[in-house]
Amino acid sequence: MQPRSHIYGVLAEFDTPEQLLEAVKKVHEAGYRRIDAFAPFPVEGLYEAMGLKRNNVPLITLLGGLAGGIGGFGFQYWVNTLAYPMNIGGRPLNSWPAFIPVTFELTVLGASLCAVFGMLALNRLPHPHHPVFNVHRFKHASSDRFFLCIESNDAKFHVEECARFLRALHAHHVTEVSND
Amino acid sequence: MSAGQPPLDSPEIRRLTPVLGPGHTFGSVTDKISSIVLTRPTSFGWYMGFLIAFGLTGLLTIAIAWLFTKGTGIWGINIPIGWGFAIVNFVWWIGIGHAGTLISAILFLLNQKWRTSINRFAEAMTLFAVACAGIFPLIHTGRPWMAFYMFPYPSTMGVWPQFRSPLIWDVFAVSTYGTVSLIFWFVGLIPDLATLRDHAAKKPAQIIYGMLSMGWRGSARHWHRYQSAYLLLAGLATPLVLSVHTVVSFDFAIAIVPGWHTTIFPPYFVAGAIYSGFAMVLTIAIPLRKAYGLEDFITMRHLDNMAKVMLATGLIVAYGYFFEMFLSLYSGNKFDVFLVEQRLHGPYAPFYYALILCNILLPQTLWSHALRHNVAFLFFMSIVVNVGMWLERFVIVVISLTRDFVPSAWGRYWPTFWDWATLIGTIGMFVALLFLFVRVLPAISIAEMRELVAETAEDKK
Repeated sequence: MQPRSHIYGVLAEFDTPEQLLEAVKKVHEAGYRRIDAFAPFPVEGLYEAMGLKRNNVPLITLLGGLAGGIGGFGFQYWVNTLAYPMNIGGRPLNSWPAFIPVTFELTVLGASLCAVFGMLALNRLPHPHHPVFNVHRFKHASSDRFFLCIESNDAKFHVEECARFLRALHAHHVTEVSND
Repeated sequence: MSAGQPPLDSPEIRRLTPVLGPGHTFGSVTDKISSIVLTRPTSFGWYMGFLIAFGLTGLLTIAIAWLFTKGTGIWGINIPIGWGFAIVNFVWWIGIGHAGTLISAILFLLNQKWRTSINRFAEAMTLFAVACAGIFPLIHTGRPWMAFYMFPYPSTMGVWPQFRSPLIWDVFAVSTYGTVSLIFWFVGLIPDLATLRDHAAKKPAQIIYGMLSMGWRGSARHWHRYQSAYLLLAGLATPLVLSVHTVVSFDFAIAIVPGWHTTIFPPYFVAGAIYSGFAMVLTIAIPLRKAYGLEDFITMRHLDNMAKVMLATGLIVAYGYFFEMFLSLYSGNKFDVFLVEQRLHGPYAPFYYALILCNILLPQTLWSHALRHNVAFLFFMSIVVNVGMWLERFVIVVISLTRDFVPSAWGRYWPTFWDWATLIGTIGMFVALLFLFVRVLPAISIAEMRELVAETAEDKK
């Protein structure tokens, strides 16, 4: 294992989402892979420009919904036929149409909880301290500026070269991000 | 549409009726919305409004404390009217909540850009309305300290809830609705909480918003998963919101009481819920945009659209009233026919006529373009519809229960001081929560407004 570098990466600032998108495409073409882009709102095409395809949130949501639905129905079946069977007006113990509303609600509940907590877990949130926050100007990433970071664990990473490369892409305030 | 008219979604129309005032940038929307929370001094009006609302919340606390001491006998309910105000208010509040989910989920799926500036506080309204609604069935149980009996848990008594009962469906529907509304709202807030964290000047605010934003840094990877989750939540909340009022209507429709036992109830309850909810969104939006100078964000286009939704859902509700009555008469069932007579000529007939006036006749004025653009008139209409929808639930609950099958079982219902205190108290709690909300959280989604700025910029090119 390599010793942990004290530099997290090189951070560049852009004025518009178009410049950021263009820069991400160029950086990816140049062969950098450990990169991340930061924007105050979701910029269309940015994720794809980083060479990424899809995420696992929909799958997790589907599994949560299935678990909620099957578990919900199974639970009602178990309660009404085995744990606490009651004859209500001669209806069958497994009177399944009456179990649908609760099954539906639990499907939605399971899927929604998995969508949110799955999203947070995949994003590794909560994560209150992150090296990019060490850069003073990064606070504009949540209002009107766009950032691109080439991380130091990229195979091609070299501080000066990355900085030069980013400046050529109309970035300003290109800074090193320290790890501590 | 005539040939000379531009299509509805053309840039020209969008310019004439903007969803965002001209000249805004990423920075300006951020500063404008976040300053309401962070830098703007708390006004005297805010303190006065909050104080009055909080005082009414105190009235609610007293009403509930007295209820717990004496029991439900302090209310006007008695056999045969076991439901009374508690259920009327429950259905009213939960219906109001529905517009928030409709705006945030259904209009999101339909790609309606105008929802952006109203969805945040509409969702907050949903949450607070569900909180108010949740109080009523709980305190109506008579022994609310045993309300946990309704949840399935392995008790030492070995009993389980009766899953064939609509009342248990209600427990699951309302608690799921509350939970999903809360997480949907919170997910929408995360990027804005990060903005507040970065804009806050004082340490305590930085720490609190920092904790709540969980270290959100706007990474493209995060945004991508975030958008997936948000879209999925919208897709899940859409059938959920329709199911909730359907299940609430089952509380009535599954019973055999005349006037309740009809298949038209689910759709007509859902339409009524959206109707009253949009009325409440207007009731809140109009003072809010005035007080905080948000006319650029909540434009006339928004008010106009909401008035149109109110008009449309109001017509669905009118259709529901008509067919409810028609089917009762057409059925030839003498109890159902008698119920119609009771609505028209019985002791509660004035309530029925007031309901028709508030929900059907007066809202027809919204066909007029000029009146839809008269803010004061819209505010007045939103109050009228809120009252009308409350009357609807009163008519449904009270008239049917006071006049069921056997004349010896007939009765009369009149609310007591404590009934009114509880209703007014929940209104106070709702308003107090809204006051707190606009003071400490961004009432308009900043991140989505930035997206809107980006899109408006593209339109101009």
